[in-house]
Amino acid sequence: MSTARTWLRAEVTTSPLHARLQRGYYGWLRLRSNPLAFAGFLILIGLVLVAALAPVIAPLGYNEQSLAMRLKAPSAEHWFGTDELGRDIFARIVWGARITIYISTLVAVIAAPIGLAVGTTAGYFGGWTDTVLMRINDMFLSFPGLILALGFVAALGPGIGNAVIAIALTAWPPIARLARAETLTIRASDYIAAVRIQGAGPLRIILRHIVPMCVPSVVVRVTLNMAGIILTAAGLGFLGLGAQPPTPEWGAMLSTGRQNMLGAWWIAAVPGCAILLTSLAFNLFGDGLRDVLDPRSE
Amino acid sequence: MARPNGAAGWLVAALRQAGSVAVTLFGLLAITFFMGRMLPIDPVIAIVGEQADKATYDMVHHQLGLDKPLVMQFLLFVRDMLSGEFGDALFTGNKVAVDLGRVFPATIELATFAILIGVGIGVPLGVLAAVYRGSPLDHIARFVGLLGYSSPTFWLGLMGLIVFYAMLHLVGGPGRLDVSFIDDIEPRTGLLLLDAALEGNWEVFRNALSHIVLPGSILGYASLAYISRMTRSFMLEQLGQDYIIAARAKGMSRWRVVRRHAFRNIRVQLLTVIALAYAFLLEGAVLTETVFAWPGFGRYLTSGLLAGDMNAVLACVLIIGIIFVSLNLIADALYRLLDPRTR
Repeated sequence: MSTARTWLRAEVTTSPLHARLQRGYYGWLRLRSNPLAFAGFLILIGLVLVAALAPVIAPLGYNEQSLAMRLKAPSAEHWFGTDELGRDIFARIVWGARITIYISTLVAVIAAPIGLAVGTTAGYFGGWTDTVLMRINDMFLSFPGLILALGFVAALGPGIGNAVIAIALTAWPPIARLARAETLTIRASDYIAAVRIQGAGPLRIILRHIVPMCVPSVVVRVTLNMAGIILTAAGLGFLGLGAQPPTPEWGAMLSTGRQNMLGAWWIAAVPGCAILLTSLAFNLFGDGLRDVLDPRSE
Repeated sequence: MARPNGAAGWLVAALRQAGSVAVTLFGLLAITFFMGRMLPIDPVIAIVGEQADKATYDMVHHQLGLDKPLVMQFLLFVRDMLSGEFGDALFTGNKVAVDLGRVFPATIELATFAILIGVGIGVPLGVLAAVYRGSPLDHIARFVGLLGYSSPTFWLGLMGLIVFYAMLHLVGGPGRLDVSFIDDIEPRTGLLLLDAALEGNWEVFRNALSHIVLPGSILGYASLAYISRMTRSFMLEQLGQDYIIAARAKGMSRWRVVRRHAFRNIRVQLLTVIALAYAFLLEGAVLTETVFAWPGFGRYLTSGLLAGDMNAVLACVLIIGIIFVSLNLIADALYRLLDPRTR
């Protein structure tokens, strides 16, 4: 154990892998030394575990109805109470974690590459390409995110897939702007000139030499934006435009729980807490990640 | 150097600005038009039904202008939107423009109440957090801000209704007034609080106030989080400057320095932040108004959405975009006008 640690702390690294591991190790130490960021990290790990183990934690599933057990307050049997159809809210929250992870991962997987592609292309080529791409970018940025997503979902029709597309359409512009700014500083550097002299084409330069340099800041940006993405997804669900019942999406649970919430506060309180906790965790973790990944903050 | 060709410089700047506004406006229109064309359902069938014969179908198809080339369709759309009519809202049966005129004051009232809370608490909180950096107060301010960023406003609204309305009976319920008071007041400005005050009808005023307190505060909380965070970082930047140390060394008291020097220098930056916060309130209003059955712009938009009325929805989305962009421009212009360093 201690030899592994000494190896990781070696002053001179012996291989690229060694250097990379060392970097990861120091990043990990920095993250651990920031209690709030680490707490956010732990919450997110917990969320993933809960989602992965949903069939074990709540084996009955999220749609097990029992009208005799309607609107029961939290108890030892039903930790978070039951809803208007007698379904266990704890089980629904647990299974709902899967939806949250599904939405946020998919949005990140769609929006980050689009943003990276647009931003690096605009930044590398400059001139007209830059002007046109950034104008399009500005157009998307001139709507508040939720409003734009609302418009797209209204056009596409409600549903979880369309909600993901709509949110991704609103999530890429800030990433593109960031990637462009990074590219502008990178493209003038000597190593890019060296690669170009060796005969590399624009595509190769962008993909192999510029994109990897943009990834850390994009990851931080996406993590920080994830909190907003989760709130937008929940908002769409609440308005009935995202995941449809009986899917246990947390926002949709709030919207169906509304009719009974004055008599049964837990129906509204619990899913909201879950949303709050997740978005808080992303905010905390994103802040910490910025300190770890952004070399300028050292 | 700026003085001699000042007028020309202004003209060029103004033209450039106008060009940029025109392009943005075009973009807003293009995106909303694009949204309207993304509809997976055939708008003609939506009107005439599946059983309609070919002639009826073609007629409606023609009436809707769908047989024209896409460019022409876009130009017609632009004409409709720019004429300020926005076509008919199918779900209310009125012109969209008429409906919007009716619902807008409610949102303005709510958003103004919210921004007053956001500024009234957010700015002092940010200043205190900066002056007492690292103290418990700073941590509390940070926590309050973080919570504001992370909580779903609509959920805070639901919780607020449960606690302050259903349990404690401290505030009025959903809507702008109790049912018994509706129609008691002559709408002049459409802002209920102002109208009631103008008539001297304090009973209605109190009732309206009890209804706006909760949604206004909850909406204001989000902007409070943003404003206090920005205030703190602006203040910290100023407090680290040499002239602050000089003023303190001269023997000025800490608060006098904060008031007379540091705060005075961040006023312009703050103003732009507040303009932006106001723009973001519109976004929050959509959900808050839905929760509180507040008959404003946001609820109009969501009702249109649920009724599947694309015409109303597109008009709303476009208008929010335009307001958003205008507030950004105003913030920009204020900055340039008021801050001598940018000249």
